[in-house]
Amino acid sequence: MTAQVITVTSGKGGVGKTTAVANLATALAMDGKRVVCIDGDIGLRNLDVVMGLENRIVYDIVDVIEGRCKLKQAMIRDKKYPEMYLIPAAQTRDKNAVSPSDMVRICNDLKSDSDFVIIDSPAGIERGFRNAIAAADRVLVVTNPEVSAVRDADRVVGILEAEEKGNPSLILNRLNPTLVKNNDMLSAEDVLDLLGIQLIGIVPEDENVIIGSNKGAPVVTDAKSRAGQAFRNIAKRLQGQDVPFMDLDSQSGLWSAIQKLTGRK
Amino acid sequence: MITMEQVTSIVQIKGIRDGLLATFSDAAWEDQRTALILQIDEKPAFFQGARLAMDVGNQVLKVNDLVELRDQLSERNVALWAVISESPMTEQTSQLLGLATRISKPRPEEQRSFADTISDETALFISKTIRSGTRIEYPGNIVIIGDVNPGAEVIAEGNVVVWGRVRGVIHAGAKGNRNAFICALDLSANQLRIADEVSAMLKPQKDPRPEIASINEAGKLQAELWNVS
Repeated sequence: MTAQVITVTSGKGGVGKTTAVANLATALAMDGKRVVCIDGDIGLRNLDVVMGLENRIVYDIVDVIEGRCKLKQAMIRDKKYPEMYLIPAAQTRDKNAVSPSDMVRICNDLKSDSDFVIIDSPAGIERGFRNAIAAADRVLVVTNPEVSAVRDADRVVGILEAEEKGNPSLILNRLNPTLVKNNDMLSAEDVLDLLGIQLIGIVPEDENVIIGSNKGAPVVTDAKSRAGQAFRNIAKRLQGQDVPFMDLDSQSGLWSAIQKLTGRK
Repeated sequence: MITMEQVTSIVQIKGIRDGLLATFSDAAWEDQRTALILQIDEKPAFFQGARLAMDVGNQVLKVNDLVELRDQLSERNVALWAVISESPMTEQTSQLLGLATRISKPRPEEQRSFADTISDETALFISKTIRSGTRIEYPGNIVIIGDVNPGAEVIAEGNVVVWGRVRGVIHAGAKGNRNAFICALDLSANQLRIADEVSAMLKPQKDPRPEIASINEAGKLQAELWNVS
């Protein structure tokens, strides 16, 4: 096996990088792939919380780099999917504890016996971001349909282009079709028009995402969630399958049932 | 192997107002890079947390050269913030990487007046979208095939022509040439500047048409339909 190394980044914070990593990794593991997630946010780690593995951390990525443990010892096996692992970030150190060449070395070691290595990048465009993209074969840029998030995504795409990291793909997260229809939110077309990169998925706004993150059970495991479906589709596209984009306007399923019940429309 | 004497003759490091300036003399890039790193490793405490500018002369550097060196420096906690070069290629690469290409003390040849530097035949030609955070500066005309996105800045001493949409900031005639113009297929910029005139924000148009902005007889910046006839 030779793993594909995928880095998820955004520029702006809080747009859903960590959520995307947890969900894509879980979706890939559900498809039987062997996946290793790396939390690149040294000092502000939270991928472990979102994946529900917080209590199992013994060693972290800085321990591996500084030789206090073997790579295998820092890989935490997931509770539900034994083919999914997490390498957590150190919480008590900062971004300078890791260098781009350390990331390349770790990813090369992981490549031989996994299908996907997914790196969660910190917000910003400084050292931590550069560590996260150093080993990437493919970069996914996450943004929200907000002017500030799109501008930061544009900056990140510019840096990736300048550093010749290949063409990044876009995940448009937290789109609310009703707001778009009323012209209160940027549409997918507006965002794509400005960024001019390939779209790999649109994830609709869904409160189950937050519930899942707090429970440590990513929303992809919820068969009814629309956001979960969107992440499952992106995971299929990462495996090279051609999956049509979801029709976000269709008012069927759980979401519209809630809207009808609460009288929102 | 290079000796320490050779090292200091290849790269001279001195303090300037904005941190440190490394001036490279003629040598192969590999030697220059090694010499710089050797000097830093010699006195790590001195270089800790330093801001470094490099004057690379007429050396042509590629993206990878600069990225590799920048990472090597950042591993030593030295921040590379500017690359000064006589090569337009290196200058453009540095700007795309978000590095400054001028430091506060201008080089003597930059004090030429715009009349000498703008020749109608020369232009910086860029065929890509200029994204947020990128600053393109050129002492002549600039032609861009692509968009200028919000948060990007394009600064020319001559004219600016954009075959695409302008949403960022454009400054033509930056050294005071009031005859400079800016034209684009869709001119909905945050801000346009020609010489020292500044435009108000232009509204995005529903049905964009090519426009040209220049300073009119009343001395104000104005945009009108771009009629090439």
